[in-house]
Amino acid sequence: MQTIRAVTAGVAALTLALTAAACGGGSTGDDGGSNKSPKTLTYWASNQGASIAIDKKVLQPELDKFEKQTGIKVKVEVVPWSDLLNRILTATTSGQGPDVLNIGNTWSASLQATGGLLAWDDKQFGKIGGKDRFVESALGSTGVQGQDPAAVPLYSMAYALYYNKKIFADAGIAKPPATWDELVADGKKIQAKGKQVLGAEGANVSENIHHVFVFGKQHGAAFFTPDGKPDFTSDNAVAAVKQYVDLMAKDKVIPQGNAEYAQNQSVSDFATGKTAMLLWQSASANLKSQGMAESDYGIAPVPVQSGTPGTDTQTNSMVAGINMAVFKNTDNLDGATQFVKFMTSDEEQKILNTAYSSIPPVKAAQEDAAFNTPANAVLKNTLATSAAALPQVAAESQYETVVGTAVKELFADAAAGRPVTDDSVKAALEKAQQQMPAK
Amino acid sequence: MPRKPASPMAAPRSFLWSRRIFLTVLTGFVLLPVYVMLTSSLKPLADVTQSFRWLPSELTIRPYIDIWSTVPLADYFVNSLIVAGAATVCSVVIAVFAAYAVSRYTFRGKRVFTVTVLSTQMFPGILFLLPLFLIYVSIGNSTGIALFGSRGGLILTYLTFSLPFSIWMLIGYFDSVPKDLDEAALVDGCGPLGALFRVIVPAAIPGIVAVAVYAFMTAWGEVLFASVMTNETTRTLAVGLQGYSTLNDVYWNQIMAASLVVSVPVVAGFLLLQRYLVAGLTAGAVK
Amino acid sequence: MTTTTTVKVAGHQEPSGTASGSSRRRPGRLRRIGLPYLLLLPALFFELLVHLVPMIIGIVMSFKELTQFYIRDWGAAPWAGLDNYKVSVDIDAPVGEALLHSFFVTVGFTLLSVGLCWLIGTTAAVFMQDAFRGRGLLRALFLVPYALPVYAAVITWVFMFQHDNGLVNHVLYDQLHLTDKPSFWLIGDNSFYALLTVSVWKGWPFAFLIVMAGLQNIPNDLYEAAALDGAGMWQQLRRITLPSLRPVNQVLILVLFLWTFNDFNTPYVLFGKSAPEAADLISVHIYQASFVTWNFGTGAAMSVLLLLFLLVVTGVYLAVTSRGRKASHAA
Repeated sequence: MQTIRAVTAGVAALTLALTAAACGGGSTGDDGGSNKSPKTLTYWASNQGASIAIDKKVLQPELDKFEKQTGIKVKVEVVPWSDLLNRILTATTSGQGPDVLNIGNTWSASLQATGGLLAWDDKQFGKIGGKDRFVESALGSTGVQGQDPAAVPLYSMAYALYYNKKIFADAGIAKPPATWDELVADGKKIQAKGKQVLGAEGANVSENIHHVFVFGKQHGAAFFTPDGKPDFTSDNAVAAVKQYVDLMAKDKVIPQGNAEYAQNQSVSDFATGKTAMLLWQSASANLKSQGMAESDYGIAPVPVQSGTPGTDTQTNSMVAGINMAVFKNTDNLDGATQFVKFMTSDEEQKILNTAYSSIPPVKAAQEDAAFNTPANAVLKNTLATSAAALPQVAAESQYETVVGTAVKELFADAAAGRPVTDDSVKAALEKAQQQMPAK
Repeated sequence: MPRKPASPMAAPRSFLWSRRIFLTVLTGFVLLPVYVMLTSSLKPLADVTQSFRWLPSELTIRPYIDIWSTVPLADYFVNSLIVAGAATVCSVVIAVFAAYAVSRYTFRGKRVFTVTVLSTQMFPGILFLLPLFLIYVSIGNSTGIALFGSRGGLILTYLTFSLPFSIWMLIGYFDSVPKDLDEAALVDGCGPLGALFRVIVPAAIPGIVAVAVYAFMTAWGEVLFASVMTNETTRTLAVGLQGYSTLNDVYWNQIMAASLVVSVPVVAGFLLLQRYLVAGLTAGAVK
Repeated sequence: MTTTTTVKVAGHQEPSGTASGSSRRRPGRLRRIGLPYLLLLPALFFELLVHLVPMIIGIVMSFKELTQFYIRDWGAAPWAGLDNYKVSVDIDAPVGEALLHSFFVTVGFTLLSVGLCWLIGTTAAVFMQDAFRGRGLLRALFLVPYALPVYAAVITWVFMFQHDNGLVNHVLYDQLHLTDKPSFWLIGDNSFYALLTVSVWKGWPFAFLIVMAGLQNIPNDLYEAAALDGAGMWQQLRRITLPSLRPVNQVLILVLFLWTFNDFNTPYVLFGKSAPEAADLISVHIYQASFVTWNFGTGAAMSVLLLLFLLVVTGVYLAVTSRGRKASHAA
């Protein structure tokens, strides 16, 4: 027994020591950041281009430019998407992270709640030229409303309807559908030619939530009450989810097999001419690498219930994109701010967004000819006029998971031939809502 | 005495037939996904998720060329080799010592040690992640030894991951080495370590090789810890492979090609090692 | 039956002749007592640093309200008492209910997977004990599933299990006409079998490896003696091979059980962030509870509950299997 006691005591002592040290680890940096090492910066870039190697090739010349201007050397690491959030979480917990980093813009509110990111108040925004330089909708996805943003928009994207020109021509469809009814009607003509109508990633939780959110807007359902409580089971929310799932269950425009897609199979199906339409954000590069020529497909705004895209019930896309944030524990706060200013300057915005086929969230940069091609014009207009940010609440990632999962299960029901009714949708959403955190 | 077939009697026909059928079916089961991987790795990207055909219509070796430039595969490979190699060597040596102590000595706390070690296998790895990262960071802050982001930290982590099972397995193997053998060595004047390395280890070679293979594969395939504990220069293969999926694109064909390419040396290593898996007791028994 | 008597599992080893034997030759009490601890020291050090202390921190975390609001300075996170546990075990509420469901799925899945892995691995190892042409190659080949990166291997299975384009439906439906329409494997109830297949495919080579190594330590004279007694092939298997493998099997099955129970990669790559209900393994659940929803306290509480469950299972298992061993000794 003696040994056991000795071992226990040893373990306890070591645990205490390490726990104390570990707890201290998180709060080493004081809250505002410091300027202890003004000549270097570490930057975690997200993987935007076709590969990490290409991203480095795109970024390095710009970073060199920055070093020439300011004398600050930026060490960039392109972090794969699979690792980015985990890396940020561990960095937040330990205080050991980069100075500047890219985040998915839907993470903004959740990361803001951790207090690990520098708040962009008006003064801080002033240092990079003011809030007014940025597109309104992109700013809407930088943190909880009424609080200082946790990040600055860097790249923007929006959903669009990609359609196969040849299949449309064969089916005798003159122009892409502007409303869901038209889409369903066009679907009948396309099916008559033996093609599939619309591709979807039914088992991909994030894709589901993006679409359901937009349908929610079109039905006037917000999914959250103004004070941030989950509200998934309103009649409007049920109608919204049901309409999306009904594209497979009732209207039969989404093939049943798509219920299990989660590996971008729907993009391959579109690229190989199996399906006629696809709702996607910035699919151009993807389609190209799958061997589909740019002349073979057209890009149109995502359909709405009726009329033309606009705000509120005429919303037809979420605001997708990347934000840039400064890590609070930075020891080069001025340099980090300067770097954000550099990356969001008109000049760099044009270069970077062109390279990554995204749309600049900076108004002046949008004027550039590169973003006025027919394809980009659709995305740009969507962002400017008819895109809405996902709910900016701290529980956003939980919302994505539980509602996205509910939709996935409803798709599975539809695929198995089980009926999807108002009641079954409501039950699924009810269950999702109960899984949300109480606070 | 060379090892003879286990049964001195001629095997009955029923045995031979069931063996033939079983091994054929099993080979099919094992190789089917490998075949799919191989053909997928030779397809253009758009064809990978398309209808399955036993003989794909269009083949290309492009993916095998592209894999090297899409991600720095060679660097990752070297990292993995160093990390997994070092973790294996350390883990096996440490486990041999520990298993020897447990197998051949009586001491207080033995039971506590073995059961505690085993209990570490019961906690989901995902919950180790944050505390361990915090510990490494605080060690780094207080001593200046950079454990996170370095190969050293990863080696430390992986060698410990494989320790519990290695120790337990080796205890079993060591126990099955007859005690007369090492006692004879002790009588001959070997110290305890001499008895361990001259008698027990050679006799338990198959077990040690099996444990080494296990330790290597544990380090080789681990994803979660590597994903937060490495950076660009120390990233291992298991994580690096995910670099083939980007925001908009997933290069399935290249993932398959790269996986096959990096697995070839490992399988070749198995081929070389497998004869040690069947050495064993006889080697020690000669002594 | 000479070997079976020398074979003992660590936890149950009675004081044997060795210790007293060495004391004869190695005088110096301190040295004699110190040596085993010295041998254990490195293992103990690493286990403490990498496994035990983080585990204890994890247990501490389970009593904290460690949501995204507090992770930055988690020492300052408020104590939650037993709240995290209450949420996890309240089976009338969806979180607890889902956890319980997922627990049962996991237990069923684990038992089946471990059983199949062991059965296939042992059968293959026994069949390959005798030399035949191509044995070496086959041995290396069988370790291929173990060598392939998990991510790529599981994704390959995803492609094979696809409803419209997969190999599995191509064979079962198009070629053999065994089903009257293509089945879904990745969603719905079949997903359990898909998960099981992948898990067995990935897991059996490990059992094979360990059993194969274990077989090498069975002395040949046992078989020869049995053969002289007129025991046939199958009887030798039952009377010599399997009993001799006991100590190896005891650990192998236990560890396979623990790993399969906690396996995260396979379900995660196969189904993504949210698994179908029929294949909703507990590890993905815990991942969701901690990393996806950023509530590390609840995730830790679920893990501690699991730890308790597995401790009990392991305790019972060790007690039962060791007693079985003793019984066989007596026989």
